[in-house]
Amino acid sequence: MTTHSIHTAGASASRSAAQTAVAAFAAILLGSFLLYGVGFAQPQQIHDAAHDARHSFAFPCH
Amino acid sequence: MDLIRRLFTAALVAGVLSGTAASVVQQATTVPLILEAEKYEVVTPPPATAATAAGPAEAHQHGPVREVGEGVPTTLDEAMQRIGLTIAANLITGVAYALLLGAAILLAGRPVDARRGLVWGMGGFIAVSLAPSFGLPPELPGMAGAELELRQFWWLSAAAGAGAAMLALAFARNRLVIVAAVLAAALPHLIGAPHPESAEGAVPPELAARFVAASLGGAALFWAILGSVCGWLISGLVTSAESRPALRVQPGAR
Repeated sequence: MTTHSIHTAGASASRSAAQTAVAAFAAILLGSFLLYGVGFAQPQQIHDAAHDARHSFAFPCH
Repeated sequence: MDLIRRLFTAALVAGVLSGTAASVVQQATTVPLILEAEKYEVVTPPPATAATAAGPAEAHQHGPVREVGEGVPTTLDEAMQRIGLTIAANLITGVAYALLLGAAILLAGRPVDARRGLVWGMGGFIAVSLAPSFGLPPELPGMAGAELELRQFWWLSAAAGAGAAMLALAFARNRLVIVAAVLAAALPHLIGAPHPESAEGAVPPELAARFVAASLGGAALFWAILGSVCGWLISGLVTSAESRPALRVQPGAR
């Protein structure tokens, strides 16, 4: 591997590492938000709608 | 942007497939048990004034008035609505977990396919189903439980600890990190899950036992599908970012 090709590979890898971090962070953010809503949020209507799913997935419900 | 779009699409597909499978299994296993258990839910406890007026002896004799739970559907429309909402909640749960699992797979940066995804899925099952259930078994409506916020906090600690420990055991190089993560997984169980002072639930123990098995079995299937599909769909994303060895030779190159 020549220095040039290592350099380009390194640049593209670090760019993709940054993209990976951003994509993973976005997924964690949205995933946590959805999980909070479906499994933990306590407003009555959300609780009632997700009731059977919460019990089935063993989230603490009542 | 392309990576985010593809990751989210993978999570959406994996979540919808696993959530659909979970919905079918639940309607046959856990949901009938939930409906049955709601018949035992204490809807109207004996009013304190009536109990005093009637005398404590008589109040004790009659006990709380048990009625069919408020949520038990009585018409077809109500039943369909309840099933629909449960399916929607399952799909959202699937997508939420798939997003979290997909992010973990992407960050780990190791090659993945459907088979390795299955292993990831089993890790998810252990983290958010098995580990929390070790202290707080899946519960039916009407079962006695400690304060909700405490249980939710304990559940999250147990799940996060177990997840961190498995990730550390699989990927961490530093032994201190591994030890710390394993301790984090053990800590909630050493402290103990919050339980009510006396377990006086109204639900027959046979129903509760069947529900625990059904809930865990359904969750295992859900996670197997979720992990496999995530692994399969994310395989392309990780291999494209897999020129990582270059990252390790990089310091000299620059």
